[in-house]
Amino acid sequence: MTKAYGQVVANDAIDLTVGRNSIHAILGENGAGKSTLMKLIYGVESPDAGEVLWDGQPVTLSSPAEARRLGIGMVFQHFSLFETLSVVENISLIVPGKKADLAARIRALGQDFGLDVDPFADVHSLSVGERQRVEIIRCLMTEPKLLILDEPTSVLPPQAVGLLFDTLRRLRDRGVSILFISHKLDEIQSLCDHATILRGGRVTGNVDPRQHDAHDLARMMIGRDMPPPLHADPLPVGDIRLELSALDHQPDDPFALGLSGVNLRLHAGEILGIAGISGNGQGELARLISGETRLSPARRDDIRLMGRGVAHLDPAARRALGFAFVPEERLGRGAVPEMSLADNSLLTAHPLGLLKRGLIDRRAEATFTAACIRDFDVRTSGPEAEAGALSGGNLQKFIMGREILLKPQVLFVAQPTWGVDIGAATAIRQRLVQMRNEGVAVLVISEELEELFEICDRIQVLHKGHLSPSLDARTTKAEEIGRWMIGAAGVPA
Amino acid sequence: MSGLSFILAGMLAAATPFLLAALGELVVERAGVLNLGIEGIMALGAVLAFIVVYHGGGHVAAFGLAALSGVVLALVFGWLALGLRANQVAVGLAVGILGQGLSSLIGNSYESLTITGIPKLALPGLSALPVVGGLFVQDAVVWLTLAATAAIWAMFRFSRLGLILRAVGENPHAARAIGYPVIRLRLWAVMFGGAMSGLAGAYAATVYTPLWADGMIAGRGWIALALVVFGTWLTGRIFFGALLFGAVSLASLVAQTENWAVPSQLLSALPYIVTIVVLGIITSNKRLLKVNGVASLGEPFGP
Amino acid sequence: MSRMIPHLVRRDRASLRMAVLAPLLALAAAIFVNLLVFLAMGKNPAAVFYALLLEPFLGWSSFSEVLLKTGPLLLIAQGLAIGFRAKVFNIGAEGQFILGAIFASAIPVYFPQATGQWIWPAMLLMGALGGALWAVVPAFWRVKLNANEILVTLMMSLIAAQVLNYLLLGPWKDPMGFNFPQSVMFQYDAMIPILLAGTRVNVSLLLALFSVLVAWVYMQRSFGGYQFLVGGLAPKAAAYAGFSESRAIWLSLLIGGFAAGLAGAAEVAGPIGQLQRGISTGYGYAAIIVAYLGGLHPLGILASSLLMAALYIGGDNAMVSADLPIAAVRVFQGSLLVFYLAAITFVRFRLVWPQHKAGAA
Repeated sequence: MTKAYGQVVANDAIDLTVGRNSIHAILGENGAGKSTLMKLIYGVESPDAGEVLWDGQPVTLSSPAEARRLGIGMVFQHFSLFETLSVVENISLIVPGKKADLAARIRALGQDFGLDVDPFADVHSLSVGERQRVEIIRCLMTEPKLLILDEPTSVLPPQAVGLLFDTLRRLRDRGVSILFISHKLDEIQSLCDHATILRGGRVTGNVDPRQHDAHDLARMMIGRDMPPPLHADPLPVGDIRLELSALDHQPDDPFALGLSGVNLRLHAGEILGIAGISGNGQGELARLISGETRLSPARRDDIRLMGRGVAHLDPAARRALGFAFVPEERLGRGAVPEMSLADNSLLTAHPLGLLKRGLIDRRAEATFTAACIRDFDVRTSGPEAEAGALSGGNLQKFIMGREILLKPQVLFVAQPTWGVDIGAATAIRQRLVQMRNEGVAVLVISEELEELFEICDRIQVLHKGHLSPSLDARTTKAEEIGRWMIGAAGVPA
Repeated sequence: MSGLSFILAGMLAAATPFLLAALGELVVERAGVLNLGIEGIMALGAVLAFIVVYHGGGHVAAFGLAALSGVVLALVFGWLALGLRANQVAVGLAVGILGQGLSSLIGNSYESLTITGIPKLALPGLSALPVVGGLFVQDAVVWLTLAATAAIWAMFRFSRLGLILRAVGENPHAARAIGYPVIRLRLWAVMFGGAMSGLAGAYAATVYTPLWADGMIAGRGWIALALVVFGTWLTGRIFFGALLFGAVSLASLVAQTENWAVPSQLLSALPYIVTIVVLGIITSNKRLLKVNGVASLGEPFGP
Repeated sequence: MSRMIPHLVRRDRASLRMAVLAPLLALAAAIFVNLLVFLAMGKNPAAVFYALLLEPFLGWSSFSEVLLKTGPLLLIAQGLAIGFRAKVFNIGAEGQFILGAIFASAIPVYFPQATGQWIWPAMLLMGALGGALWAVVPAFWRVKLNANEILVTLMMSLIAAQVLNYLLLGPWKDPMGFNFPQSVMFQYDAMIPILLAGTRVNVSLLLALFSVLVAWVYMQRSFGGYQFLVGGLAPKAAAYAGFSESRAIWLSLLIGGFAAGLAGAAEVAGPIGQLQRGISTGYGYAAIIVAYLGGLHPLGILASSLLMAALYIGGDNAMVSADLPIAAVRVFQGSLLVFYLAAITFVRFRLVWPQHKAGAA
């Protein structure tokens, strides 16, 4: 199968054979072409070349409905559910039948496979884990012979991963083939009996993952040895740079989760990680810290930055105090896709002499941008390239670079390596540790627990808008973080 | 006839152009598309329907041609906004300007001519009631519009089609991922909206005030757009909103018969003033808009 | 089926060539389609197009009339384009224009005997304030009440028309005017001085041309203009950077209202010389087309306002020489905008025809 988007060949002559009663992994790092391949198999996209054989017969997968008719089901990474509709309404969009009958089948399937969910709940009221259950149930109701799961564990705490794997094994034993997409080697080794490895849109390996160690798999996946993790040596604790005290906030958006009683203290020369599954209040917490959401002046001391109450200040005013922020959405928030990198520098770096009497100094702008591109190894045609044309990793390096060049006292990064290839991810993490060693206070929100363990001094866990007490990243076990992630360890449930 | 019973009797007919256009736009917006061209689509439908009736073609053919012209302008909108992913606001304005221009051009030689409307049908029994009796003496289009209101209400409430439209409007990417042809569904919705606006114009020019004057739609298309917001994208609330505007637009007639000492221009401007005031009241409730609103409204979508 | 239809693929960067070409392509397409319309109306298309597009530029006296119409269109469109780039859609310039005319007229209406060279500048200032004042309501409604400015600005225009009617039929009606709905003729000092001798072109054209310079510096060179642009392209990025959305909305609407009000004042204190119903021949709506057709770029708008002004004069010519209804000009304008919006798609996207399967395999 071959599929190209413009100049980019996302899938280049890929061969894939999935057997019966098999849990088959598709392994590859971000941008390797995994998601495109799945869209081709599920009929969301049509291939430029290649063919699909189903039970030995050539078929054309012109639409998801066609794929479902053949017996192919898919659980999406970014769920394809509709928030304003109920569970049963969501399911009725692809499964015919009366609501009452569907609800009964949802309950029965839930009991059968340990996927408990209320059919009449509105989806916006469900947690991320529950939404995944709805997606899986919706697939199972079409009685698939092949089930595709795209990075299903990224939304689950460690304990729940085991339960999901049990469900998948049960399905396999009943004759369902499973395509399991992941970039996590240990998961694939414990679950899958076969792995197809992709790199740069091509197949670089077809193996039994149980016969290979993680090093082999990693080499096939990224083409060289996995860079060793770098742990930061503990430093003496510095002064408090950012402090949130008993912060409560209910956002305007009725579908969004509020925050309650959030306490956080960030010191100079440390990295504090906020763990937790996305959708537990991370977005609102980030906006409160950055100033995109502001509180009334009366509550200014709920958030203190560099010793000053700032909860009422806008992002520009907070930046002036030495704050810098890399948001999780790079396109459209951290950068304007339609603007050149040079104009995107201006977004936050304008106080660094890029303006002259209110007018833009094009030369200073270009110099700054060129420096950022050079120092942070951004692969691009130059400062005039549009931000939207960069890959995720390169744009992230550019935004990180721009914020670091602001010489912040407090650097806040949300999902630093989300959707970024391993090379860039390593560079970004190293940079964060370097910043910390230089005495900057670094705050990181991430749903990748491994990443937080690698670079953080301390970790706090966000669950349903509550933030756990601080845990020492060097001594705490993943299981304990996991308990906080499902609210089982602390007071609030 | 007292002012109250006069308003009660005329309210439904006055509300009908608002209601027809707003129901069409409701379906369009529920599917995630904002078509601001309603005023122009109504104007074109109005002049074409008027000409058909004027030349003896009858009201049925007039309404048919008006609906057809609405579909044609809606297709122009759909080609740009859905096919070429152009900015929906700009495209809506462009189609509106084009529709109004065409209506003036076509109606140029019919300016100020009049025709006869259609008879009213009384509901036996109810129409004999005191004060409210007039409410039950209406023309066929009013009765059909009420039926259409109920049908659209039921579609969104009970039918699979309503569910699909809501899904496409909330999250077109997810709808596409599970296999719905988002662009084609939206195009159908836009065509339906165009047809309804065409009918609304036809009613205004051949039944409600059976005459042609350039600019006679007089902002009713824009008020219909506002009605969809007032009704927070719910059929029932849009219906009551349309009734309110029907009543408000009769106020100037009442004022004349009752000899109120108010400048007639103020009364003419009253619907617009009410629109601004009500719009501010409704939209300041952000939670209400978020709960009932359409998440992807107006955003260009491309696979 | 979808495989036979060509699809749009995003370009790596916007095509400058297409951006310049788009209005010309749109003009060609509009000419072609309207040719069919004129044929269907039984007109001689060659004569119509000669009158519509060429005649206005032939001869000094008709070209000076084009310049006269260019002034208000240019001024209003520059104001609107600033807002449009921030995605603040002020479509009520017509009402702001009317209010500008009314405010300016207040001076000669209440002080018909006043003399001195202060009068016409004071009228222009009053007009600009009046236009801006009319934009306060939609700005307040949008910022404080979250109401869509498109609907509110439009409603304000419809209300403005009624205010004008009220004044002309009531308190401001010229007692010597044979009951016509118009004000007194303004005194000599209430008229803007003529710029080009022998024509009706007055000093306000310089103001309009100056607005090009101001808009160019502001939108293309200043940080303030940059903030507008970011707000329009990516509102979340503007919030992230700390650019105030309320400020952008207020400024957009006030600037738009100010410019439209100024244009309205210049119209009553210029070629018309009194307040009457026909002060605007849809300038406020036509300026929307001008702004888009000029690519929302100050220099582009200079060109598109000339074109639209010529269409106005050409329309008058064609009405006389080819018996063409004036509404045909509006159809031409509308189709021009439709084709322009189609053409600018290809600034950011290119069309890819599906390849044959055999070739790709």
